[in-house]
Amino acid sequence: MHSYKGNAISWELANGVIELALHREPCNELGTKSLDEFEKFLAALPGMEEHAHALIIYSQLNSGFSAGADLREIYFSTQGMEKDAAAAHVRQLLERVHHVMNTIDACPLTTIAAVHSITFGGGLELALTCDLIIADKTARFCFPELRLGLIPGFGGIPRLKRDIGNAVVRDLLLTGRSFNVTKAQQIGLVSQVVAEGHALRVARGTASQLTKFDRRTAAEAKKFIKPIPYDELRREIDIFCELFALPATEHGLKKFVESTDAQPYLP
Amino acid sequence: MRTQQQTTDEILDLAAAQFKVPRESLSQDDDFFKKLGIDSLQALSLLTRLEQHFNVELPDYELQGVTDFRTLAERIQTRL
Repeated sequence: MHSYKGNAISWELANGVIELALHREPCNELGTKSLDEFEKFLAALPGMEEHAHALIIYSQLNSGFSAGADLREIYFSTQGMEKDAAAAHVRQLLERVHHVMNTIDACPLTTIAAVHSITFGGGLELALTCDLIIADKTARFCFPELRLGLIPGFGGIPRLKRDIGNAVVRDLLLTGRSFNVTKAQQIGLVSQVVAEGHALRVARGTASQLTKFDRRTAAEAKKFIKPIPYDELRREIDIFCELFALPATEHGLKKFVESTDAQPYLP
Repeated sequence: MRTQQQTTDEILDLAAAQFKVPRESLSQDDDFFKKLGIDSLQALSLLTRLEQHFNVELPDYELQGVTDFRTLAERIQTRL
């Protein structure tokens, strides 16, 4: 299946490049519907890889690349469950998400996240699976999970730690503050900063350059330089599930879900 | 170095341009959420513009509870 149009994501293979578009309103929250479609993408990926050099992931929504996990869905889907059942439900969800993220991370194609505006939580974690992040000047990044009593659960910290210094990771994780594209480039997270609205165009230009290289050589180079921290990713799931079972986390999620505050993203 | 009044004026200019409201309709004591009709995500885009314009970093926890342009200018002024 070289093209697909879903409710949350779509993809198309053309001229050696797969473009995967996110388009679930309001800001590409990653929930089970998105996950179902990402799993379809994974099933289609092997059939496209031999015809492609690059994969671009981008958002079609003005609101941003992605606001991250669908916290409302996670919260409401576990309401009324016994603690053990809720933890098992969340673990199953995380296992599915990690399978998607790990497969994109290990994809033999060169992968590019073209991001703008809100790139928070799970959205940042998705971008971090990619080899390159190209961001426009409106991009803003954040790991807000500690505000809810959680740690990032979609592989964010092991992947961020792989790419940048531990001191910076601690700053971003432990303060939960958001940061702009200038900071993101300073710390080495973003490879190119472009004018507002131009991230996808520049990503396409970069992908076009990649089609000139031998596919196998590029894949070997990537495999050599980009190890996947599987052990830490497993540990992340365990810690997330332990924290999810705590009353403070339920309180934090409830507060977020029910918030009418103008700044619900703040603690 | 800018004075706080200059900082405030530049914030009002940027906010008016970004959210397409008449500059003369904004004053420093306005609640920018109400006056600009923006939500939290749009406020973040304003924060990004302000950081780039003034070349500062503004941790968003420092802006907790800040809703008026004057206090916003004070927060920025401390980092210039």
